[in-house]
Amino acid sequence: MSQTDTSTQDGTTTTEAGTPVAPESSDPVLEIRNLSVDYGFGDDPTHVLREVSLTLNRGEVLGLAGESGCGKSTLAYAATRLLSPPGLITGGEVWLTGRDGQRADLLSLSDAELRAARWRDIAIVFQGAMSSLNPVFRVERQLIDGILAHRPGMRRAEARERAAELLRLVGISADRLRSYPHQLSGGMRQRVMIAMALALEPQVLIMDEPTTALDVVMQRQILEQVMELRERLGFSVVLITHDVSLLVEVADRIAVMYAGEIVETAVARDVYAKPRHPYSAGLLGSFPPLHGPRRELTGIPGAPPDLSKRPPGCPFAPRCAHAMDVCRTELPVLGRTAQSEEGRLVACHLHTSGLVNGELPDLLAR
Amino acid sequence: MRFLLRRVAFYALTAWAAITINFFIPRMLPGDPVTALLGRMQGRIDSRAEHSLRVLFGLDQDTSLWQQYVDYWGLLLRGDLGLSFTHFPTPVADIVSQSLPWTVGLVGVATVIAFVIGSLIGTFLGWRRGTWADGLLPVATFFQAVPYFWLGLITIAVFSVNLGWFPSSGSYDRGMVPAFTGEFIGSVIYYGFLPALTVVLSSVAGWVLGMRNMMVTVSSEDYVTVAHAKGLPERQVMFGYAARNAVLPQVSSFALSLGFVVGGTLIMEMVFSYQGIGYTLYQAVSTHDYPLMQGCFLVITLSVLVANMVADLAYALLDPRTRTEDR
Repeated sequence: MSQTDTSTQDGTTTTEAGTPVAPESSDPVLEIRNLSVDYGFGDDPTHVLREVSLTLNRGEVLGLAGESGCGKSTLAYAATRLLSPPGLITGGEVWLTGRDGQRADLLSLSDAELRAARWRDIAIVFQGAMSSLNPVFRVERQLIDGILAHRPGMRRAEARERAAELLRLVGISADRLRSYPHQLSGGMRQRVMIAMALALEPQVLIMDEPTTALDVVMQRQILEQVMELRERLGFSVVLITHDVSLLVEVADRIAVMYAGEIVETAVARDVYAKPRHPYSAGLLGSFPPLHGPRRELTGIPGAPPDLSKRPPGCPFAPRCAHAMDVCRTELPVLGRTAQSEEGRLVACHLHTSGLVNGELPDLLAR
Repeated sequence: MRFLLRRVAFYALTAWAAITINFFIPRMLPGDPVTALLGRMQGRIDSRAEHSLRVLFGLDQDTSLWQQYVDYWGLLLRGDLGLSFTHFPTPVADIVSQSLPWTVGLVGVATVIAFVIGSLIGTFLGWRRGTWADGLLPVATFFQAVPYFWLGLITIAVFSVNLGWFPSSGSYDRGMVPAFTGEFIGSVIYYGFLPALTVVLSSVAGWVLGMRNMMVTVSSEDYVTVAHAKGLPERQVMFGYAARNAVLPQVSSFALSLGFVVGGTLIMEMVFSYQGIGYTLYQAVSTHDYPLMQGCFLVITLSVLVANMVADLAYALLDPRTRTEDR
């Protein structure tokens, strides 16, 4: 299909900047490397993603958290080449390991190869539960056309049977196949979308704020269902949301994004209990804890930076309580934490040895 | 089914209102047809003939307005629209039924062609937005802005006067007897080509622009992105997902424009001296032929109504959201 990549067989890879990335021992199914995205053409485009690297391991739920406008969705769209103009991928690679172990860079596939890989290997559930389904086609037809596009030899009746099976999988009775999207509730529509995404048993399911348009009860139900299906069917999930408390509950690992960069990655409970980046700490402080004693909500002062006028240095520096002089001049890169913890990465000067003259702030040293 | 019945009842009511207004308006106009006729003939009719004319026109009996209204409905239901003054004593129904097929045939076909071609081009331009295809937009805007009569005169000047490829007026070779023969139909197509061309040229741009803009809007909808993400072939995404939704507003304006086919082609029929209903109406107005005018208006009103009804049904067929109930 496409060229294979041998440089990462040992599971460790280095970026151009020489930073170690995700020293995980398990096998990666999706590897995003140095992905950069600009919005706008001409001389002065806005850099929305800057050299983002992210690894999704097989069977894992990777949470991607961050404020609105930090580039979470752009990452999902860019990694699947669904970005529409004026968005433009300016560099990077997205390596997908197929079921047969073949690795292919999604960004260098031909259109036909890409079309074949979509849905079969990577399926996406989008934000808008209300607008993700074509309003003029019955649910059945929309479930079937995706299946038939990838299995040209399949008979229609067979595909129809599969569609019914898929609906039952997400807890919708098969007679809903004959419904139009507007006859379904928001929760049902999103279930239909999830059923549709699982039609070809993809290896990776990307969910871009799949439950934001739904009420809280429905949110929980649907996510629980997805997690249950994941255990049964064994796909990997990238869950994008601004709801960190939700991620802490369902994700294995969390990557925190800020201003188009990943500022921290760690195991979910570590992010929750011991945040290492001031931004992660602030993000957690803006949600009420789901368990344990009550605490005061703090929030993060200031507003996300304007990505078109990005100052040098750390993008979080203007809002950071611990900002030092170096933070305003030098961009921190993703690296080990000050405590040198296994499997954790953070992009913060506070953790760069030789720059901090004292101890870490209490909040980040727990 | 209830949806259908409700719509039909609504249109029946509208038709009744239109016909009633059509009945009352001429009766509220000052003067009467006999004086109008005498006046037009300017003394060539002996004033003593006035009474016989009144008897002829049925104006001698002193019937009440209500009785006239009831009679009018009776005649209408039998297809009797009265006698034309100018083509006396030809029945209006005959004149209308002679000219109507020409208009419906020529302009109807031209409108359908313009809609199909325009929507296809618009689909393509909208799909390829932001590329060289956008360069075609000014051309479309130009054709939309050109006044119809000017376009008609230019085509006559170029194709019939200078090049002599097509006749400049008429609807078929006058040396022929209308019949369903290949030769006669060929002549009708030959004579109708230029008028049809101008109608298509002047209206296709509107369809192109409308469809293109809707395509641009619909292409950014989530379900189109989902269709891409599903790895569907591009043609399927373009037609099944984007164009299928973008065409909905086009369909309702298409049905409306079909309604105006009958009444809205006055200028084309004048420029090309085409024997359609627009031309007939024009003649009726300029000769104060009230029964003929009334007949033409009735036909035009009813055709707009029918077209509206077709639009409603087509929309319900194409957009499941407008069907208020199911099963």
